[in-house]
Amino acid sequence: EHGPYQPHEPGYGLDHPGYSPYEDEIPDPQARMLAVKNAKAYLLKTSTRSGLNLYDHFANILTKILDEQPTNTVDIIEDISKDVKCAQFRKKMDTLRDEHLILPTFEAAEKCKALFVKESGEEEHEELGEEMPSLPNVMETAFYFEQAGIGLDKDECYYIYLSLKNLINVQPIQTCRFWGKILGLEMNYIIAEVQLQEGEGEEEEETGEEGEETVAEEKEMGEAEEEEGEEKEKEPEPPKSTYKPPPEVPKEENGTGTNKYIYFVCNEPGKPWVKLPPVTPAQIVCARKIKKFFTGRLDAPIVSFPPFPGNEANYLRAQIARISAGTHVSPTGFYQFANEDEEEEEGDAYEENPDFEPPPVAEMVESLATWAHHVKDILKQGRCVWINPSQKSDENEEEEDEEEEDKEEEEEQEEERGLPLLTLISEDEGIKNIPAWTAQPSTNLIPQYSVAILQSNRWPGAYAFASGRKFDNIYFGWGHKYSPESHTPALPPRAQAEYPIGPGITETVDPTVEDEIAFKVAQEEALAGEEEEGEEEEVEDD
Amino acid sequence: MEARSLPAALPLVAGGGAGLSPERRAALGASLPLLQRDYRFERVWFWGCIEGLRGTYYIAEGLGPNRAAPRSRLYSLNCLDWSLLTPATKEVLALAEQLKGRFQGDPSFEYNLAEINAEAAARLTESGKEPVMKEEARLIATIELIDRAVGIVPRGAFVKTPLGSVHENRHFEGLSLLEAKKLSSYFHFTEPVNLKNKTLLEKADLDPSTDFLDSLEHDIPRGSWSIQLEKGGTVVVLRSLLWLGLTFYHVPMTKQFGYVYFGTGEKNLDLPFML
Repeated sequence: EHGPYQPHEPGYGLDHPGYSPYEDEIPDPQARMLAVKNAKAYLLKTSTRSGLNLYDHFANILTKILDEQPTNTVDIIEDISKDVKCAQFRKKMDTLRDEHLILPTFEAAEKCKALFVKESGEEEHEELGEEMPSLPNVMETAFYFEQAGIGLDKDECYYIYLSLKNLINVQPIQTCRFWGKILGLEMNYIIAEVQLQEGEGEEEEETGEEGEETVAEEKEMGEAEEEEGEEKEKEPEPPKSTYKPPPEVPKEENGTGTNKYIYFVCNEPGKPWVKLPPVTPAQIVCARKIKKFFTGRLDAPIVSFPPFPGNEANYLRAQIARISAGTHVSPTGFYQFANEDEEEEEGDAYEENPDFEPPPVAEMVESLATWAHHVKDILKQGRCVWINPSQKSDENEEEEDEEEEDKEEEEEQEEERGLPLLTLISEDEGIKNIPAWTAQPSTNLIPQYSVAILQSNRWPGAYAFASGRKFDNIYFGWGHKYSPESHTPALPPRAQAEYPIGPGITETVDPTVEDEIAFKVAQEEALAGEEEEGEEEEVEDD
Repeated sequence: MEARSLPAALPLVAGGGAGLSPERRAALGASLPLLQRDYRFERVWFWGCIEGLRGTYYIAEGLGPNRAAPRSRLYSLNCLDWSLLTPATKEVLALAEQLKGRFQGDPSFEYNLAEINAEAAARLTESGKEPVMKEEARLIATIELIDRAVGIVPRGAFVKTPLGSVHENRHFEGLSLLEAKKLSSYFHFTEPVNLKNKTLLEKADLDPSTDFLDSLEHDIPRGSWSIQLEKGGTVVVLRSLLWLGLTFYHVPMTKQFGYVYFGTGEKNLDLPFML
C-alpha cells in the first residue's frame, strides 16, 4: 500500500473519508459532525500552563468585543486578547476582604478640608473689634500676577489663603504676607513673611541667655576637673594649638536688618507651619559660596564645601534673606523714611507715604527709576549694618597682651558701607551684558488695564507687579542666584604651617669637605692678615 | 502637551509658578487649531516658551502620522503668528552647546562666534559667510537638545507597530499610583540610545511594542529628576533638574499626561554640585 502522503505530494488527502475522487455523492454528514466534534474537543483542551482553553478564551473575546464594539477592532485584537487573559487572573472569590487602601490623596484631601473649618474663636474677635492682624488678600495678588502668567493655580492659591488665616489665628502676628514658593527635590516650601507683635519675639533671646549661663557653669566645672587632673598627674602635654578662629560676627537683632521679618514655612497648605530660625551672618556668607538644591525636609543636612553652619532650615532662611534683599522693590515714593534725619545708611525704618502719586503703568515699565528697593542690602559681612567683630572680644579676653598681639596680626577690617535703604533699582548692576531687571507690561493690546511687571534677572523667579497704588513682590523658583558662568566651588584653604619658620629650625646644607677646607684657609688668611696689620701698625707707631 | 488639553493641563503644571497669562492662553486657543489646519498636522503640541531678555519665544510642535518621526517646530513671539523652524543640523547643535547666557528675545540677534569657537568662525569666513550665529539657530538647537534630553512620556502611552511607526496606545489607561512614582515608568520620547546595551535577560522581559524607548532610570547624573505628588496627591509631576523649567505631569489612572518647558533655555551645568 502507498504510505501516508505528505501535503506537497499529489494524492494527499485522498485516503481521508469523503475526499476520494470517486465519491460524487454528498459527504457523509456523520463524518462531518465527527470532524466538528474533534475540532471542538481540540479547542476545549485545557492548556497545561494556564488552565485556560482556547474555546472559552475566544468566547470571552467575542463577548467583550460585541459588548464594547470598539472601532477598528481587527487592529487591536491582540491587545483585547491580552486583556481578557489578564482579567482571568483576578480572584473573584476571596474569603478575605480587601483592606481599604488609604491613598495619600485621601490624607491630603482630609487636611485641605480641615482648612475650611471656621473656628468659633473667630467670631469673638469680630465682636470685640480688636485690631485684627491684616490677612493679605492673596487672591487679589494672584490675580495681578496671573495677568503676567505668573502664579500657582487657583485652588492652591485658595488653600494657601486659608492656611495663612490659620497661621494668623495661631501665632501672635502683626503683619503677614505670602512671600512665595521654593521648589525642592522631594517636597516644596510655601513661605510666609511675618512680623510678630511686639514682645513676642523675645522668647528666643531668653533661651539664648539661659543657654549661655549653663555653658558658663559647665566651663567652671570643667576647669575644676582639669585642675584636679593636673594635680594628680603632670604629664607633658602636646603643644597647644595657637590657632585662634576669627571672631564671630554677631547676628542682627530680631526686628532689624536681615532678621527684620520672621518666616514660617510649610510643605503643603494644610500642613502645620514651622518657624525658621533667625539668620546669622556666617550663614549668609557661606550661602553665597554654595549652590544646593533644597530637598524639602527642614532637618536635612547640607553637605558642602565650605561647610554650611546649619541644616536645610538655616540654608533656606539664608536664601530667603538674600532674595528679599536683592529683589523686594516698590514704586519709588511709596515708602519714605520715618525721620528725615535717618536718610543715612543706618536708617532702617520706613513708612508709607500718604502723598504718593502712582505714575502711569507705561512709565513704570519704561524707566526703572520708578522702582526702589525697600529692603536693606546685605553687606559682604553678612549683615545689613556693619559691625567690627573685634570690638566685642574686649569683654571676653582676659589677657591684654594677647589681645594686642591679635590686633596687630589681624588685618584691619574696613568698615563696609552698603547702599542706602530706598535706592532706585536703576542703579542695580547687571551681570555682563544682562540687565538686572526686565520690565514689561502685562498686555500690549489693552493698555488702560495693563499691569507693570518686573522680572529679576539676577534671581530668576522673583517678580514684582504694580498697578496704581497696589504692588507686591513674589518668588517662585528653586532659590538660587543666576550666574552666567558655571559654579566653581571654593578650593580648600592652604594647609596650616606646622611650626613658625625661623633660623633656629631652618635646615641648611651641611658644608662639604672642600668648603670646610676653603673656610679654614680663609680663616687662616684672615688671622695672618690681622697679624700683619698689627705688625704694620706697630711699625707705624714707631 | 497636547494643544487640545491646554486649558486642563496648565493648572496641573502651575506648581512651579510658571504659566501663561489669560491673553496668551486665549491666543493659543485660537491660533493652534489654525496651525493644525494650515500645516495638515495630525497632532499639535504646545511645547512651551523660552524667555529672552526682551521677549519670549512660544514654541509649538506638529506631529504627523508617525509620532516618532522628526517633529516640525514653529515659534511665535505673540502666540498668534507662527514661523516654521528648519530642522537642526549637527554643526548647529554643537555650536549652540557652547553658547552661554540668556536668549535676547530677538530672533535676528547675532552671536559673535569668534569669541566662542575660533575654528567654526574661521570655517565660516572661509566659506564666505560671516562668523556669526543667529539666535534663531540657537533656538532650534536648544529645542532639539531639550527634547532629546528630557522630553518624556509614560510607559505604555505609545506603541510601535510592526511596520515601525509609532502611534498613541488607545488602550493606555494611565499608570497606577505605585508605578507613577518610579522613574522606570517613564521613557525619553526620542531615538533610544541605551536599549541595545541591555542584557539579553533584561530584554526578555521587555515587550517590544511598548518598551522601545530608553527609560529614565539610567539617566546621568542620578537624581536629575524630581518626582512629586502635587495637588493633594492627584497629579504626579516630574521636574527636570538638568534643564530647569521642564515640567511633566500625569494624572494616575487617566490618560492625561504631557510635558511643557517654561524657562530660560539654559542647561544647568552646576547640577552635580547641587545634588
